[in-house]
Amino acid sequence: MSIMTPTAPTAEVILAPTPGQILRRRIFGHRGIVIGGGIFFVIVLMALFAPLIAPYDPYHQDLIARMAPPVWQDRGTWEHILGTDQVGRDYLSRLIYGARISLLIGIMAALISGIIGTVMGVAAGYFGGKVDLVVTFLITCRLSLPVILVSLAVVAIVGGSLEMVILVLGLLLWDRYAVVMRSSTQQIRSLDYVAAAQAAGCSTWYILAREILPNVMNQLIVVATLEFAHAVLLEAALSFLGLGVQPPLPSWGLMISEGRNYILFDPWLIAIPGSALFLLLLAVNLLGDGVRDVTVPENRA
Amino acid sequence: MLVYTAKRLLLAILVSLTVSALVFSLLYLSGDPATALAGERANEADIQAIKAAYGFDQPVYVQYFKWLGGAVQGEFGQSVYFRMPVIDLIVERLPVTMMLGVSAMIFALVLAIPLGVLAAMYQNSLIDRAALLLAVVGQAMPSFWFALMLIVVFAYWVPILPASGSDSWEHFVLPTIVLGYYATPAFMRLTRTGLLDVLSSDYVRTARAKGLSPAMVLFKHALRNAIIPVVSLAAVQFGFMLTGSIIIETVFALHGAGFLAWESISRSDFPTVQAVLLLFSWFYIILTFLADLLNAWLNPRIRVA
Amino acid sequence: MTTTLSVENLRVSIPLSAGVLHAVRGISFEVARGETLCLVGESGCGKSLTSLALMNLLPSRAKREADRISFDGADLLKLGERGMAKVRGNTMAMIFQEPMTSLNPAYTIGNQLEEGIRLHKNVSAKEARERAIYLLEKVGITAAASRLGQYPHQLSGGLRQRVMIAMALMCGPDLLICDEPTTALDVTIQAQILHLIKDLQREFDMAVILITHDLGVVARVADRVAVMYAGEIIESGVVGEIFSRPTHPYTQGLMNCIPVPGKTRQGERLGTIPGIVPSMIGEMTGCAFANRCAYAQDICLQPLTTHDIVPGHAVRCARAEEVLALTAGSNQAGTIQSGSPA
Repeated sequence: MSIMTPTAPTAEVILAPTPGQILRRRIFGHRGIVIGGGIFFVIVLMALFAPLIAPYDPYHQDLIARMAPPVWQDRGTWEHILGTDQVGRDYLSRLIYGARISLLIGIMAALISGIIGTVMGVAAGYFGGKVDLVVTFLITCRLSLPVILVSLAVVAIVGGSLEMVILVLGLLLWDRYAVVMRSSTQQIRSLDYVAAAQAAGCSTWYILAREILPNVMNQLIVVATLEFAHAVLLEAALSFLGLGVQPPLPSWGLMISEGRNYILFDPWLIAIPGSALFLLLLAVNLLGDGVRDVTVPENRA
Repeated sequence: MLVYTAKRLLLAILVSLTVSALVFSLLYLSGDPATALAGERANEADIQAIKAAYGFDQPVYVQYFKWLGGAVQGEFGQSVYFRMPVIDLIVERLPVTMMLGVSAMIFALVLAIPLGVLAAMYQNSLIDRAALLLAVVGQAMPSFWFALMLIVVFAYWVPILPASGSDSWEHFVLPTIVLGYYATPAFMRLTRTGLLDVLSSDYVRTARAKGLSPAMVLFKHALRNAIIPVVSLAAVQFGFMLTGSIIIETVFALHGAGFLAWESISRSDFPTVQAVLLLFSWFYIILTFLADLLNAWLNPRIRVA
Repeated sequence: MTTTLSVENLRVSIPLSAGVLHAVRGISFEVARGETLCLVGESGCGKSLTSLALMNLLPSRAKREADRISFDGADLLKLGERGMAKVRGNTMAMIFQEPMTSLNPAYTIGNQLEEGIRLHKNVSAKEARERAIYLLEKVGITAAASRLGQYPHQLSGGLRQRVMIAMALMCGPDLLICDEPTTALDVTIQAQILHLIKDLQREFDMAVILITHDLGVVARVADRVAVMYAGEIIESGVVGEIFSRPTHPYTQGLMNCIPVPGKTRQGERLGTIPGIVPSMIGEMTGCAFANRCAYAQDICLQPLTTHDIVPGHAVRCARAEEVLALTAGSNQAGTIQSGSPA
């Protein structure tokens, strides 16, 4: 580069991309986000348009066509691409409808626990003092209760159903939200612009809504993806153990559980729903990591 | 350090009490525990008998304190399903879970810390990417599914390891891998980011400016500070692994405390469920308490206040 | 005086996604035993990278090149990482800007003081400890023996910087590099630390390179000054010469930015240098300061060299003599667009 004129010293500044452009470039340049987002998008489409895509009714049993192998195996046919299960239900159709259950539970549980945890964390971080003490204590108590054991016990006592699983997970998974929101709120609260807003006489609600929340949004999104994945995983585990979503709903965890008896000769019965579960979790984790990567300031990857 | 220890201890006790109350009240979610215990075919007399036997006819707080008083002394009552004292069941099953937890923890640390160190030292190299892949895959792999796939491969296709049971050390190999791998990503990521932070710190630059060799800089100045958060995580993870053992032990029919938890839950054996739940929680509380102390001891800013 | 360090055509470049950042663009200087050289410049001019380049402690992605870096008669470029490790902390020592974070929080002061000398010199633990106590006393720390067992977090910033200085002197270095040693400290502590460095230099007969952005510090400690701008040394010479006859328009601008007691009238605006430093990515021909210089003409965009205006006073400005003539008599209040409020 050579300096052409003694004037126009700000040329570089003007040509610099806007923050929005930088963010967009970073998002689409991030392999994790592109791959994770792609997989997630496909699974969401699958769930949304399940009735259109699924070749069969996922609940329709056909005992004559039971245990048909998937198409890539010797006796496999294109009639049932992924084969059929032990009562002759089309495995592909169940897989497609299963996406609905996983996504529904993930989103609802992440939402419920997100509201609880964010309220607690932001309150603790913003007000400090006694509020902080109480919230920290609650977080510690919650952390010492093992999630799987508690949810298993609750579901066993109250009875398993889709709604119950969502509720139990939603009421249990708020701890990480609270921890993260508390510390990021504390950080932002100590910054000058919050003090400035207070000095200007803004109400607490206004400050929380306009100064604090927008600035903890990135972390909130990252935690939400983590807890989404956590809830999906726990639902699958609960259903696998027989204490989650109840048959005949096509939950992926339940499909693995049902296929478990045939593990010796027909491992695809567990390999297929397990792979779907793995892909969904992988996609969401990649998205979460990606969001964290692209929202941290440059040079701090 | 003494004040710090006392404060932590007080907090641990408070948390233990709160958790015990929560665990106890879980039983009342079903409404009337006596009816639930008695089963579907019980008549009114049976229910009354159970109420008297388990003390359900007394006020709730009396029941709680009786239960808690017993629990502190290791007295958890009689298992409804196994027809033996709960404490005997636990004493019988706990060693299996401990064995699994410790071996899985060792597996995870031995795999994760060197990988994390290498990934940090050779940032963006092939080994860094391989470690990242291992972590990403590990985080997305449902442990029960991973367990089943390992069974398919190592118990059926290449039958070198048993699929289930807890009789010999071979029975622990697959469960250890599954449970250990489940904890690996967190350790590795924390080691990597912690070490990267420390390696770019001013005091590591000072150490290099003194002419210390790269190995001395790494082992004396960097790793010690980078490993402090890993120690805390190890305690927390050990607690999580114990709960993870519920799933793993169920899949592998490993007769440990986790398997006991599942058996008692699925059979509505409330005294056992409560005991296992309480013990797991208390265990976690003790672990985090010890981790805090270890942390303080490793960190002179707390130790020499 | 014997030359301790002599650097010829040192370059530091950092590859970035937008291109190669040439942070240091071929600078040459030397410093002799008992002499203090000040490298002055604003942040980002490459002065800190220069010091790290001497120690070969640059961040791994930065690349160091030079025609020659001779230190105590040896060419540092030819030393491998092992050979360089023998120099670092031994004959060439360094003090950093941030005393608060430059000491390892996990180890005692004594441990950190002694490890360098145990490594470089064949001394016993007892001798190392005695040396540490001796130097802690030298840098003005009382109760030195009991300090050895303390941890960094128990000391104030000023004390920590004294510990850092003692640590740098443990092996009796020939060259001490101080990278903004007082910037992070309170003003009262600053003066003490500068005094200390100066005293110790005399006592141990070291060469000192002091990196700073503060002309007040330069006036206090420097024997010779090198002014850096955009990775180049644009003016260098004996301290009295630079302060009495600043020649490069940038140096003049810098001088205008500091108030001078008795000369700067009350209420008068201090000088500012309009414009911003050019991007240091990619090659640059001509004068780097041309885009901000009031005297810039077409000749300034031609390749230029550094030349002496009087022996020992070198300037990298094509119009040095003309600028000097234009500003003669008013050197302290140069006519460079002073005081236009931005």
